[in-house]
Amino acid sequence: MMHSLKQIFPRNDVIAFAILAVILAVVFPLTMDIFRLNLVGKYLTYAFVALGLVLCWGYGGILSLGQGIFFGLGGYCMAMFLKLEASSPENTAIQSTPGIPDFMDWNQLTELPWFWEPFHSLPFTLFAVIAVPTVFAFFIGVAMFKRRVGGVYFAIITQAIAAILTILIIGQQGYTGGVNGITDLRTFLGWDIRTDSAKYLLYFVNLVLLFVCLAIAQFVRKNKLGRILVAMRVREERVRFSGYDVSNFKIFVFCIGAMFSAIGGAMFTLQVGFMSPTFVGIVPSIEMVILCAVGGRLSIFGAIYGALLVNFAKTSFSETFPELWLFAMGALFISVVLFFPNGLASLYQQYVLPWVQAKFKRQPKAIATEQKAKTEVKSASQKTDDDDDSASLIAGARYEN
Amino acid sequence: MKTNDFVLAVEGLTVSFDGFKAVNDLSLYVDEGEIRVIIGPNGAGKTTVLDLICGRTKSTEGSIKFRDKELTKMSEHEIVHAGVGRKFQNPSIYEDLTVFENLELSYPKGRSVFGALFFKRDQQVIDQVNEIAESIFLKDLLEQPAGLLSHGQKQWLEIGMLLIQKPDLLMLDEPVAGMSVAERRKTAELLKRITKGRSVIVIEHDMQFAEEIADRVTVLHQGKVLSEGSMERVQKDPKVVEVYLGH
Repeated sequence: MMHSLKQIFPRNDVIAFAILAVILAVVFPLTMDIFRLNLVGKYLTYAFVALGLVLCWGYGGILSLGQGIFFGLGGYCMAMFLKLEASSPENTAIQSTPGIPDFMDWNQLTELPWFWEPFHSLPFTLFAVIAVPTVFAFFIGVAMFKRRVGGVYFAIITQAIAAILTILIIGQQGYTGGVNGITDLRTFLGWDIRTDSAKYLLYFVNLVLLFVCLAIAQFVRKNKLGRILVAMRVREERVRFSGYDVSNFKIFVFCIGAMFSAIGGAMFTLQVGFMSPTFVGIVPSIEMVILCAVGGRLSIFGAIYGALLVNFAKTSFSETFPELWLFAMGALFISVVLFFPNGLASLYQQYVLPWVQAKFKRQPKAIATEQKAKTEVKSASQKTDDDDDSASLIAGARYEN
Repeated sequence: MKTNDFVLAVEGLTVSFDGFKAVNDLSLYVDEGEIRVIIGPNGAGKTTVLDLICGRTKSTEGSIKFRDKELTKMSEHEIVHAGVGRKFQNPSIYEDLTVFENLELSYPKGRSVFGALFFKRDQQVIDQVNEIAESIFLKDLLEQPAGLLSHGQKQWLEIGMLLIQKPDLLMLDEPVAGMSVAERRKTAELLKRITKGRSVIVIEHDMQFAEEIADRVTVLHQGKVLSEGSMERVQKDPKVVEVYLGH
């Protein structure tokens, strides 16, 4: 057991986990006011999606341009629960039908639709947050991958589904809140989620969930399954002729990506206080892919940093030049793809990591300076180490870090 | 003739791509433990025959029986599970993984999603990988990313990836293409060693190499069997001389 644990969490990754944990759980909460921290919390909900994309796209080679679907479904499930709680008969006494959400009343609905009923229950809601998007992803996956639809076609279809879902939500105003989404969410089991203390707590809940997802992602990628995904990305045919049913692996990793996105969506609703179709459609879905690409699509940690950085940039940039942001975003995506296709993580690996490793290696060398022979051996061995590093860089797409 | 005497019995096999019959009413029988070499000019349908057997291409007509199992209705991975291994013409390996991981992925265990998720690299797997690596001359390169191997080594690695599956029928598409003379010799030796106890179909352009390893030779021409028998006999067949060896 210990052995396999070491295999799944090698030292480098443990350090990466620790650094990330310190930044997110200590540095940010200590240095930021609650407004900014809440913003970071919001950014981190996108990090769930980016993390799912690392597995799906970076490892499995399945580019989904519709992760907003799952983010939205998760978010809407949570929003429905909160909305029902906010629409108690006392709160909505002035409506012509008290006890149903306000937008339903405005749309002349006199009764809660059947699919809203179960969302009175918290256990059902939590189940639905995970299950609805995952099952939906499963059906998309079966329909596409069993027929060997992949690559660009798959990306376009996911994008179409995202567009369809947005249109559906906007069109069915009475059932979904339409273009405004589900707003005015107040309490979670009687606990006011709009207060500062609630926002603090939610930030940390979000963090814990993010690390759970990170651990799952780490487990998947460090296992044989992760290696099969890497193999499948380039040599799907070979994997098939090694006796694997490739479509099942694709469906699985697509479902995992959907599940992560859904958790992010639900946490978004809780922290931001509403959910709307603007987080479901094509533009947000593509933004999520950009987060992943900037961070590094092969790096589960890169995805988190990418989500934070791009969103920080988005916030500060769009505060000053709101209309330019989309262009900047496009430019960012193009330049990442052109100049460092494996994102910030690859820059880190190429430039920072060798430097760090050299730092660590120099110390034992300094002790041995007196014995010239020894130093020579050392430098020789270091040389071969360096060769190994560059070798793995040539091999590209090293699936570590 | 009863089909179950053979490892592989292909009967009346036809595949047509938009009316063009790449393989036309082809019948082929491979014995237990036989090394069969398929030769033929370009476009004769050699690779298509292998594609049909391993399920990569679906046949239009005819049957392929492997140990009495009808392969034409099975999907690729089921055919692999039945015991048919296929090597592609261009070395098809996982460049991003190490040699060890390449072989490990091909080891026939943990082939389902959850099987792979909870796969344990136990001693048995390690021993198997080492044994195979030794036989394909890659013992010292196990931790090397496969993308850095030479062309010949990649070919060997792919053969190794098939061997670890322990297939009963091994199909190799031009295993020595692009190899140096020394590598070619080593490969011939390797093939002779690994064909013990299993049947092998090899597609080969290199006549000398074909002669060296073949038990029997099948000559394909325009999707049909032109001639079959020992290399010597085939080479003397006037039909073969005309279409293939004559120029």
